[in-house]
Amino acid sequence: MIGLSHYLILGCILFGIGAYGVIAKRNAVAVLMSVELMLNAVNINFVAAGKYIAPAAGIGQLFAIFVIVVAAAEVAVGLALIIVLFKARKSVNLSDFNILKW
Amino acid sequence: MTLKDISFLLIAGFTIVSALGVVTFKNIVHSALSLVLTFLGVAGIYFQLNAGFVGVVQILVYAGAISVLIIFAIMLVMDTEVNKTNLPNPSLGTSLLGGYIILLLTVTLGASIWFSSFPISAQLAPKDDVGFLANLMLGKYVVPFEIAAVLLLVAVVGAIILAKGAEDK
Repeated sequence: MIGLSHYLILGCILFGIGAYGVIAKRNAVAVLMSVELMLNAVNINFVAAGKYIAPAAGIGQLFAIFVIVVAAAEVAVGLALIIVLFKARKSVNLSDFNILKW
Repeated sequence: MTLKDISFLLIAGFTIVSALGVVTFKNIVHSALSLVLTFLGVAGIYFQLNAGFVGVVQILVYAGAISVLIIFAIMLVMDTEVNKTNLPNPSLGTSLLGGYIILLLTVTLGASIWFSSFPISAQLAPKDDVGFLANLMLGKYVVPFEIAAVLLLVAVVGAIILAKGAEDK
């Protein structure tokens, strides 16, 4: 019987895969794609928890939609930044971007 | 095992396999196509959860718009041979450490989800899914809705200015 835990565990696995991509990838676009995976995992959790814990409130789906909006904005700005960095450095390798120093 | 359980297992397996493809393919175009499959799988999960509107939005925004944006960016910033564009980190230490940390995170999180019980509600979801969401969005949650709209506008303008460059006056 499939219940809430199965959906949450699916979200957990997807989040783990995305986080691995963020840590282990070097291509900036690949890192952005992994971030998208993590956001999708969070959305699955929102919708599943919304359906099983508070189905009458509908907040889970609403939050999932807001997360999708923010993800779209994030991808647009992130890709624009990557294109600007590529123009300046001729590379999308994250280990070449060490201009932010402290 | 009902039909619903079997379809959940199939869709979940498909989603996880294509998500693994995103992080393992060495060609970034293959990764992007695998990402589209993952988005479609997640949309299938939403349909399974009776969240039809979110599923349709997922297909429209993620599998449609965001993936096209990502593929465009990939083609704009391609600098070497295509089958070497998405290599893992060359230092084995980083990959192993990353894999270890993530395995730890996933196993602990998964176990804690598995062994905890959730307050499952017996209420029924409203019949008119989209109308209910619309009422929430333009009623109780109208301020977050407007903020999201402004955020999208600002992000799009910012992305255009970043990519194109603003003219100095």
